[in-house]
Amino acid sequence: MEFAFTDEQLMIRDSAERFLAQASDSQAVRAALRRADDYDPELCRRIGQELYWPALLVPEAFGGMGLGFVELAVLQEQCGRFLLGSPLFATSCLATPALMLADNPALQARWLGAIAAGQACATLACALQPARVQVQAVADGDGYRLHGSHAQVIDGAQADLLLIPARSPGSTGEQGISLFAVPADTPGLMRTALPTLDQTRRLACIELRQVHLGDAHLLCAAGQAWPLLRDAQRIGAIGLAAEQLGGAQQALDLTLAYISERRQFGRPIASFQAIKHRCADMMLQVECARSAVWYAACVARECLAADGDPAVRSELLAAAATAKAHASEAFFHCAAESIQLHGGVGFTWEYDPHLYFKRARASEQMLGTPAWHRERLAAQLFGEHA
Amino acid sequence: MKIGFSSADESFRQEIAGWLAAHLQGEFAPLRFRGGPGDEHSFPNERKAWERELAAGGWVGVGWQPEDGGRGLSISQQVIFHEEYARAGGPGRMGHIGEGLVGPTLAAFGTPAQRQRLLPGIREGREFWCQGYSEPGAGSDLANVQTRARLDAAGERWLISGQKVWTSLAHEADWCFVLARTEPGSVGHHGLSFLLVPMAQAQIRVQPIVQLTGTSEFNEVFFDQAQTSTDNLVGQPGEGWKIAMALLGFERGVSTLGQQMQFHNELAEVMRIAQANGAAGDPLLRQRIAQAWSGLKVLRYNSLRMLSGPQDGNLGREAMIYKLAWSNWHAELGKLAMDVLGDAGEVLEAAPYRLSRLQSLFLFTRSDTIYGGSNEIQRNVIAERALGMPREPRSR
Repeated sequence: MEFAFTDEQLMIRDSAERFLAQASDSQAVRAALRRADDYDPELCRRIGQELYWPALLVPEAFGGMGLGFVELAVLQEQCGRFLLGSPLFATSCLATPALMLADNPALQARWLGAIAAGQACATLACALQPARVQVQAVADGDGYRLHGSHAQVIDGAQADLLLIPARSPGSTGEQGISLFAVPADTPGLMRTALPTLDQTRRLACIELRQVHLGDAHLLCAAGQAWPLLRDAQRIGAIGLAAEQLGGAQQALDLTLAYISERRQFGRPIASFQAIKHRCADMMLQVECARSAVWYAACVARECLAADGDPAVRSELLAAAATAKAHASEAFFHCAAESIQLHGGVGFTWEYDPHLYFKRARASEQMLGTPAWHRERLAAQLFGEHA
Repeated sequence: MKIGFSSADESFRQEIAGWLAAHLQGEFAPLRFRGGPGDEHSFPNERKAWERELAAGGWVGVGWQPEDGGRGLSISQQVIFHEEYARAGGPGRMGHIGEGLVGPTLAAFGTPAQRQRLLPGIREGREFWCQGYSEPGAGSDLANVQTRARLDAAGERWLISGQKVWTSLAHEADWCFVLARTEPGSVGHHGLSFLLVPMAQAQIRVQPIVQLTGTSEFNEVFFDQAQTSTDNLVGQPGEGWKIAMALLGFERGVSTLGQQMQFHNELAEVMRIAQANGAAGDPLLRQRIAQAWSGLKVLRYNSLRMLSGPQDGNLGREAMIYKLAWSNWHAELGKLAMDVLGDAGEVLEAAPYRLSRLQSLFLFTRSDTIYGGSNEIQRNVIAERALGMPREPRSR
């Protein structure tokens, strides 16, 4: 047991911080907001083909760097600090883990290879509960016909590959769910970018109209995909929690910078105890979230590693719930406090706190709210069917 | 960064679990899950005997270095030790102040002679300690210590006069470490010294404080020309503040794991009752139970961070928030316990005022956010030392 970063992990953090402080500063984030339905293509190219961030988690056998989820979480934290607008989260934290957990070497070679090379971005259409899988997959000759829609897919309009769960007609619950790899140019796949409250991340509505896909598009055995989908989403929630942690830290840091400059009654407002104590409570939440995220990242690592420790793997539900709940609440709290402690300017479009506040709200909702995760956890703790 | 235990660690787990199962029997069986903050008044003599039993098995000072008579266990194995101790229901440790605070302080600041003379008593479970910091006028303002110590005419003994308060387990202790003013006329954190004082003398009077629980584990301690030999001064005269603060740093070390194990057992009791009385089916209580469970995990991960970081005496960010984090968590657990108990929580076990463990938890946790640096002081410390915000104005 060693619960501190290695030198290599610290190096990844520092270089990401240097890059993003420049490439994703406030001006760049605001320029990205104004792009209606894509991300800055030059920034995406640099991330994919110069920094190789999407390759980080991909196993070496598929052309990736073969690093672990802890390294990815380190990166995600920095992306969250700087509100990076990029398909990296959906590609690396959702689609890549799902592909790594899959049982289809040809599909893995094609898409993990393209992701590692920075030539494709990907996403997963999330469904937190089996009942939310509503796209129908009807057996049809040597494959399936998919029909239905998915209301909100992260980066759904930008992704080159969409991983879409669908269920066989008449099936219920965890049974009958299959997970399909659907290239963006598949005939019958319709994608509509949605205007979003948090403009730093994109959502799309996906519609499948009698989309025909062969067996080769299945990530694992037909009808057996729920455990893969469930675990990929738990791992994704941990990646998102790492990003939220970075956002929470930055909301605190922005606030500290502002209140040490802002003077009232002849002194910096940071010297008032009413404000100091609120900042201390922000740090309390940030550091608790940090401990939860680091631990969960270690659990996710074991779940994705070929030689992962089974005892640690069994902690995935609890670790994801703990990290996502703590990071969501820390981020929202810090972002809301950031507006309050900036005073009037915190309510303006010009100052940055609202960007963090909106991202905090969107991320809290995404991949399970704190209350949803706690209910899952309670069911497990009380030995109920989770 | 890596979690999980090696196979050597797992066989160590077998060893300690087996030892505890074999020894927490017979005369010691009633001690299971007893003692600890809020229940310190229970079975004091039996728990002292248990300390000697633990010591005979080599389980006191597991994290101390071998040259101090310890086992020198790795962090992983210390984690396992505390996990298994809690799982077995090991009683609250009577020796934790000596083992967790005095031991590391003497290892860092004591002379070889002091270590040789005082560490064996702790490690063998023979001698018990208490902490003489707070005074009636020195609570949050700890540096306002008024207890005085001066050398006698022969220069052989320190003579101590003054009053300490909120001294846990003073009535059970053989020794007290005392922060006293040795430079007449000095103020604040200057001129203080760190003295080790034997409790068995007529010049020391211990007066229990009846708490809102109706029980007593804190005391007032009155020193009236109490004596201690000059070789019981740790460090140099005037270094008391530095040593006292370093000791508080040790408080945030491995001993936090033992504390969390008590929390774990309390939460398990709350969950057991929730399942038995149907509270586990209430959506709001389920939320709070899951929150308590994950909050306790976070305290544990915080401790793992503290223990894995550089052990250079500087407090990391996770160490600075630790007291605020656990005290809030524990107070909420006390309230949750009562909400889970419902009506049953309103009736005592017996007259005149015998509390159940969970009633006691509910009431006692009101002290957690006050002692050892109140939450308000913790927030000042975090704001000033971790976040670099301006210091509070001081009158001296």
